[in-house]
Amino acid sequence: MLLPEPILNLINALERLPGIGPKSASRLAFYFLRADESLSSELAEALTGLKAKIAYCSECFNITEAGRELCDVCANPKRDGSIICVLEDALDVLALERTAAYQGRYHVLQGVLNPIEGIGPDDIKIRPLIDRVARGGIREVILATNPSMEGDTTAMYLQQQLRASGVNVTRLARGLPMGGDLEYADQNTLLRALQGRQQMD
Amino acid sequence: MTDPSRSFRSLRAEAIVLRHSDYGEADRLLTLYTREQGKVRAVAKGARKIASRKAGHLEPFTHVKLQLAKGRDLFIVTQAETINAFMPLRDNLTQTGRAAYVIELFDRFIPDEETANPSLFRLLAETLSRLASETVPWLALRFYEMRLLDFLGFRPQLFECANCQNEIKAEPQFFSASLGGAVCPRCGQGLPGLWPISVDALKHLRHFQRSGFREASRARPAEQTRKEIESIMQGYFTYLLERELNTPGFIKRVNAALSAQSN
Repeated sequence: MLLPEPILNLINALERLPGIGPKSASRLAFYFLRADESLSSELAEALTGLKAKIAYCSECFNITEAGRELCDVCANPKRDGSIICVLEDALDVLALERTAAYQGRYHVLQGVLNPIEGIGPDDIKIRPLIDRVARGGIREVILATNPSMEGDTTAMYLQQQLRASGVNVTRLARGLPMGGDLEYADQNTLLRALQGRQQMD
Repeated sequence: MTDPSRSFRSLRAEAIVLRHSDYGEADRLLTLYTREQGKVRAVAKGARKIASRKAGHLEPFTHVKLQLAKGRDLFIVTQAETINAFMPLRDNLTQTGRAAYVIELFDRFIPDEETANPSLFRLLAETLSRLASETVPWLALRFYEMRLLDFLGFRPQLFECANCQNEIKAEPQFFSASLGGAVCPRCGQGLPGLWPISVDALKHLRHFQRSGFREASRARPAEQTRKEIESIMQGYFTYLLERELNTPGFIKRVNAALSAQSN
C-alpha cells in the first residue's frame, strides 16, 4: 500500500511515541486527516518549541516556564522554605499539591538511583539538594521517593548523605492504602503499617 | 502447537523477581526467573496504582508464588503471594547493592525463554537468602559466582594449566579470561592478556569450586586475597559479557560519595 509522503511522515513520527504501535499510529494519522484543521494546528502549536518554552527551577528542579528563575512554589513567599519534600519527578509534585495540605517546598530529583541500570548519584539531582541543605535554613527534609527498591535505595543514600548536616530527615509513612484489603497486603507493607500504628483518640 | 507452554492458559509458578519497569498507564513489566518456565516476562496490570494488591509482592529480589495467565506474547500476573521478601536486603545500601549485583549477573547471563532449570533457580533463591542472613556475604557472593559459571558452561579450569594441560603447582600463576582458567608460569611467559594470581587466591577459588556452601563458607581469606579474587572474577565476567556490569560501578560510586562525606 502506497501512502502520500506527508501522511507517512506523520505515521512515522507518531510511531516513535511510547505505547503507540504502527496500527495506532496510522489510525491517529487518518483521524487528523478527517478532523477539523484546528485540531492539527493547535497540536502543532503546542508541540512547537515545547522544550524551549520549558525550563527547570534553579532551586528545586521542578519544571517551570522558560525565562523564569524559580517555579511557582519556590517563588511563593507563603510557602515554608524550611521544609523540603524530595520527589522523583515533576508529576509527583502535582500529586502532592493535590492534597493541598503540604505548605513546604520541593526538590525534584529528576530520576531515581538504580544499581542494576547503573544510574548513580551523579546522574540525578542529588548534589544540588545536598548543597541546598548545606546553605542552611532547612529544618526538615521529607524523603518522598516511591516505596520501591529504587526509591528506597535513593532514600537510604540521601539519608546517609544528609546525616552530617544535622537536619531532620523523615520518610513518608508506608502502610495500607485507602480501599485496600488486609488479606492481600504484602508482609513488607503490613509490617510497616503495624510498626507505624497510631493511637486513636 | 508443538510448544508445550502454549497448551495451557494459566499456570502456577514460583519465581524470583529480577527486574521491573513501568509499562503502559499503570502497569509494570516484570522480568521473572521461574522454577517452572525459566526466565519469562510478565505484565502486572495496575501494579503502579497505590491500592494494587500485587505491587508489594512484586518488588525486585522477592521470592514469590504466582498465578500467571498466558497473554498473547507476555504472561499476565493474576495473583501474587510473597514466599520471602528478603527484607534485610532492603534495609541498607550495602545489602541492596549485593542483591542488585546477584540479580544483574543473573539477568545478563541467563537468556529469555530458557527452559526450566530448578537447580539454577535454587542457586538464586539460596544466594539471596544467604545474603539476607548476612553471616558471610562476601563468601556467599563468590560461591554464587563460581556456581553460576558452572551452570553457564564457563567453569574456570583451575587444576590444570588452561594452555598446556599440565598440573598446576603451588606457585604464583596467571589467570586467563580468554582461555578460561589458570595458566602455569611457563606458558604465561609468551601469552598476552594474563592477570597474575597468587597461590592463596587460586587455592580459595579451587575451594569454592569443589566444595558445598557449608565448607566454602568456612574459608577466611585475608583482605588482600579477597580483593584479588574479587577483581579476577569481575574481570572474567566482564570478558564473558563483553561489557562492564553496572552494579559494581554503582557500589563504588556510592561508597566514594559516602566516604568523601564522612571525612
